Amino acid sequence: MTPDPKPAPSVNIAAARSTGKTPPGSNSHHSDRDREPRLARPVLEEADIARALTRVAHEILERNKGADGLVLLGIPSRGVPLATRLAARIAEVEGRAIPVGSLDVTMYRDDLRLRPARALEHTDVPPDGIDGRRVVLVDDVLFSGRTIRAALDAIGDLGRPQLVQLAVLVDRGHRELPIRADYVGKNLPTSMSERVRVQLTEIDGRDAVTVESILAGDVLVEPVTGTSPAAANDDGATA
Amino acid sequence: MNKHLLSGADLSHTDAMLVLDTAEELARLADRPIKKLPTLRGRTVVNLFFEDSTRTRISFEAAAKRLSADVINFTAKGSSVSKGESLKDTALTLEAMGADAVVVRHHASGAPHRLAHSGWIRGSVINAGDGTHEHPTQALLDAFTMRRRLTEGPVQGRDLAGRRITIVGDVLHSRVARSNVLLLHTLGAEVTLVAPPTLLPVGIDSWPCATSYDLDGELDKSDVVMMLRVQRERMNAAFFPSSREYSRRYGLDGRRMALLPDHAIVMHPGPMNRGMEIAAEVADSPRSTIVEQVTNGVSVRMAVLYLLLSGGTDGEALA
Repeated sequence: MTPDPKPAPSVNIAAARSTGKTPPGSNSHHSDRDREPRLARPVLEEADIARALTRVAHEILERNKGADGLVLLGIPSRGVPLATRLAARIAEVEGRAIPVGSLDVTMYRDDLRLRPARALEHTDVPPDGIDGRRVVLVDDVLFSGRTIRAALDAIGDLGRPQLVQLAVLVDRGHRELPIRADYVGKNLPTSMSERVRVQLTEIDGRDAVTVESILAGDVLVEPVTGTSPAAANDDGATA
Repeated sequence: MNKHLLSGADLSHTDAMLVLDTAEELARLADRPIKKLPTLRGRTVVNLFFEDSTRTRISFEAAAKRLSADVINFTAKGSSVSKGESLKDTALTLEAMGADAVVVRHHASGAPHRLAHSGWIRGSVINAGDGTHEHPTQALLDAFTMRRRLTEGPVQGRDLAGRRITIVGDVLHSRVARSNVLLLHTLGAEVTLVAPPTLLPVGIDSWPCATSYDLDGELDKSDVVMMLRVQRERMNAAFFPSSREYSRRYGLDGRRMALLPDHAIVMHPGPMNRGMEIAAEVADSPRSTIVEQVTNGVSVRMAVLYLLLSGGTDGEALA
């Protein structure tokens, strides 16, 4: 499934900038849910992602009253470049660098017994650690919440932060655990038969968020677990 | 990756790199306040040791515990094996207890293979040394140590292409040598075995390595010299005239170490016979990786346990 080269203007930019407070299902995408999607549908483009990240960076500073004690931890693979970008924007505003790291949650996942073993990603905790810090977890897509649950467990083994917050580029709904994001780039109501694909220049050579139907031709490709289409694909780019 | 790890040849280049790269990430756990991962919670790993071992058993035990698995240690001494219980009955007992992985060391070559393929147990079998046959996790930790010491910059994704590795000593009785030759060849290294003719096995020409009887001639082109222990407990014939003569011709002393290139490292799988195959001044020199090998052993075995045991109990093909 390749993304549609001529993106249909199904998303307006105002929607892309909608704040994280918008409840799922109440924004301009509602009509898309009634239509059966068959191709990759662009949702955010480069400029939209840039604006969303700038807004989230400001929200992080506002909510935490500055950058004191802030540590950004990206969840590999695409949470890491997002964390780096957020840190750069925060540094621009505050005039000083803040610690950024990466946190691989593979060994803490709850589906290890169900899926083939995966290669581990880097965990790279800033040298000063996370004890007593305000940790902001950064990921690309918030879906079932299971990755974040795993990340919270992983953080517990690394130290004891003062608090943990969560920033995501896209919240696609369908939570399976009581977890929510503090900062959302874009609320994106989706159907379970869709995949959200995030592409970032650092990894994929371009910035884009697209929604793909997992209908292959007219045959519905059944997700592996029945509850989580994300589990059906090995590509960390989608969720 | 296969369900079992019985031989250095079980690992393709992709599998071996996956183990090494996973071990590299797991090695960083040592810097954390909590050196434990919940990954194998509720899984049972049995250490089945029919032969004496210090570092391998402790290493597997530490690895399994750091992954939160339950560990049952079984040693032949003090078990029903000393009353004459067979390998099969022991295996059936372990299966009845629900072992997800069996780490086996046995004095008979091929015992792990028998365990894995007999249908006695459903779990994964990991060979921790069988007779004079193989010891694949030792080869993995050796490759891991070489890669760390010899690679400049990040080691992830790098193999041992073009590295020259000289393995010296009692190749005939050495499972470490066999597994190393197979694995190092897979990783692209050039291996030379150096030993007196009596300590090279029949059929060595079919191994993917070179052989030599002259240690001094090999030293100046080696990136790694691995000294093997002279296994007196397995020697039932006169393989060399005297220890002193062996040591003169095949022991690594200070003079020989000086012939090595500056970057070269000295390895030994342990336990060492100081003064026999390796001089104390060499074993304790900065070039020696002997203690490092033990540390790395835990990370490598964690990687092996993780890769073999996650991904369901039905033993489907992994990764």
